[in-house]
Amino acid sequence: MTAYLIRRIWQALPILIGVNVLTFMLFFVLNSPDDMARMQLGDKRVTQTAIDNWKAEHGYHLPLLYNASASGIETVTDTIFFQKSAKLFVFDFGLSDSGRDIGYDISQRLWPSFAIAAPSLVIGLMVNISLALLIVLFRATVIDLMSVAVLVVLLSISGLFYIIAGQFVMGKLLHLVPISGYDTGLNAIKFLVLPILIGVVAGIGSGVRLYRTFFLEEIERDYVRTARAKGVHEWVVLFRHVFRNALIPILTGVVAILPLLFMGALLTESFFGIPGLGSYTLDAINRQDFAIVRSMVFLGAVLYIVGLILTDISYTIADPRIRLANS
Amino acid sequence: MTLVILTTDALLFLLVIGIISFGIYAARREHLRAPWRHVVRSSIAVAALIICSSYLIIGLLDSIHLRTSPTATQVVSVFDLWCDSLRTRDEKTYSAPFATHALAKETVMQADGTVMRVYPRLQYGGAHLIDPVHDRNSDILRTALLGMIQGLFAWTLVVLAVIQLFAWHSRQPFNTALTAVWRGDTDIPWRTAFITCAALFIVGFISAELSQHYHILGTDKVGGDVFYQSLKGIRTGLVIGTLTTLVMLPAAIVLGIMAGYFRGWVDDVIQYLYTTLSSIPGVLLIAAAILMLQTYMTNHAEDFNSLVERADLRLLFLCLILGITSWTGLCRLLRGETLKLRQADYVQAALSLGVRHSTILSRHILPNVLPLVMITLVLDFSGLVLAEAVLSYVNIGVDPTMHSWGNMINSARLELAREPIVWWSLTAAFLFMFILVLAANLFADVVRDAFDPRMSNRR
Repeated sequence: MTAYLIRRIWQALPILIGVNVLTFMLFFVLNSPDDMARMQLGDKRVTQTAIDNWKAEHGYHLPLLYNASASGIETVTDTIFFQKSAKLFVFDFGLSDSGRDIGYDISQRLWPSFAIAAPSLVIGLMVNISLALLIVLFRATVIDLMSVAVLVVLLSISGLFYIIAGQFVMGKLLHLVPISGYDTGLNAIKFLVLPILIGVVAGIGSGVRLYRTFFLEEIERDYVRTARAKGVHEWVVLFRHVFRNALIPILTGVVAILPLLFMGALLTESFFGIPGLGSYTLDAINRQDFAIVRSMVFLGAVLYIVGLILTDISYTIADPRIRLANS
Repeated sequence: MTLVILTTDALLFLLVIGIISFGIYAARREHLRAPWRHVVRSSIAVAALIICSSYLIIGLLDSIHLRTSPTATQVVSVFDLWCDSLRTRDEKTYSAPFATHALAKETVMQADGTVMRVYPRLQYGGAHLIDPVHDRNSDILRTALLGMIQGLFAWTLVVLAVIQLFAWHSRQPFNTALTAVWRGDTDIPWRTAFITCAALFIVGFISAELSQHYHILGTDKVGGDVFYQSLKGIRTGLVIGTLTTLVMLPAAIVLGIMAGYFRGWVDDVIQYLYTTLSSIPGVLLIAAAILMLQTYMTNHAEDFNSLVERADLRLLFLCLILGITSWTGLCRLLRGETLKLRQADYVQAALSLGVRHSTILSRHILPNVLPLVMITLVLDFSGLVLAEAVLSYVNIGVDPTMHSWGNMINSARLELAREPIVWWSLTAAFLFMFILVLAANLFADVVRDAFDPRMSNRR
């Protein structure tokens, strides 16, 4: 297991380097730091000295790849690539364009994001699985047909609508919960209820439909038919055989997105004013803070790869026939 | 009047031509024709297809751009000219659907010099009414009825013509064909098609009649007609939904097939490429790319002739970048499929006979992965339309000056908090988007089932 993990992490390295080079190209080669400075300073007729000052302040005054004026190892380290991109590998995110420590901000904003995403995932999973089982129980009847129709309608509704409508009905009309904001500790719960609820409801359409097909696929298997032929009760068939086996694709699918829970939900967080990573990213996009966007791209890629590795491991745990060495 | 061809216009029409020629190609090949025959026999698919086509017609009309005079900087589409009255009749600010008066009170100087706070009459909405309080409802009813009669009349003409064609085609007398359609025992569910058409015709004609005299979905903050904006949003939605898949298709097909067919280091490189791209969170990659585009556009403003051209370029770029984030899925699918096909006897036979790789790829592999490509094109559409709204909401979508449902929602985001609340912009954008996405989803479901080999033994 350890050997496998080490090999997978070793394999992930080129991908992270690729991501890094890609973002570097996107941010520094396609657009020069001068362009960035002009954009930040806002005026088209800014003087070259103002641009140079801004660049020096934010560390963009260095050459891109090779610093000829420095000596020794500094010809490589005293460059934008090393200072801004390569340092991401040790999670040294540096300062944002507005001068704040990105690493500190991320560590602070991780938890509110997680406080929304984790309950949404767990509750959503429970709700979706229960509903899917219920529909499968009535398979090939009118109820099944109607439920599928309702599911298609639900998943055709824009996610924005769920958020806007939910906030309007629950917060403004019924005054059940505050519309937006955040608090520390247990006080946060009343701010979290609505985003979590909306997250769950918005996911029902696609989730239940997917899980229903998992269950239906399992229900056509030979061992299920054998169980029925032996006279096993339908409920036992459904819960002991079908449910447990269909859980494998469901859970392995969930494992892949577990690390990304920390990335936060862009829309939900900004709508409800929750200081998580999602709203952090969104603010950075709107303020055109390139340093933060760059850091988040790298962080997202790392978490995605962690998710991939976790998925592989969870497959072997769920299904002993798969060997790590072979995959 | 001169024709102006924007890049997305050209691509959109290219796509339509492509689909038509592919239809002709597929009609002569049984393995491609059989699933589609199954699709058009499903009543849900036919109804969904008709609704999608009505969107498509509006979208295509909106994609023929004209410059009305050589000196004019403004570029308008054929669709704009067609509903010119909707485009030009702007009020001052908010007004509710079918309103004759503005939403907010204004200070008005009376004839005798006294100042009063009143709800002023709208300049265009219900302007033909002398006593709006009493006459409005009956006038709306009368106009709607007129529209309905027109719609039914047009519908009857179309239906009779189609049944006549159908009768000729199947060599039946007209009455027999009519009875067959009426009872619903035709191969293609004509009855469902006609009922859907009836609904579309009636709704279309009623709204056309009513929008001559009223703002049927109200007006927005700067007095623009919301109904017109929603209709204009159709083109943007269609462009994003179709062109994105189109621009990513060549790369996905070529790389996917090459990885699966040649294996070895080619496979390694291509796999590395798509794993790297898909490991970047899609929204962030789009955000980064759009930020870069904005930087480029602000610094090179002189490169663009007009605002429309600039907005169009941004739309195309958005399609491109959305395509880059979404081609990896199809590429992976195609690689797997090609790996499987490579082991097929006929490919092995061709290899051992010394047939060139390029011939095997184009003769044996490509035609067999086409169904997969088609399913992806259809399945991705609805997701992309929804994604446009979210991206525009986050300000990394289409140009703010472009009409789109995402921009409508974005600019109306605070309107629900107003007093009295302004709900029509949001509702209209969501409704137009919902109908298109629902129809596309229903259609995609039928297409997927028709192409799924596991479903075929159940039929």
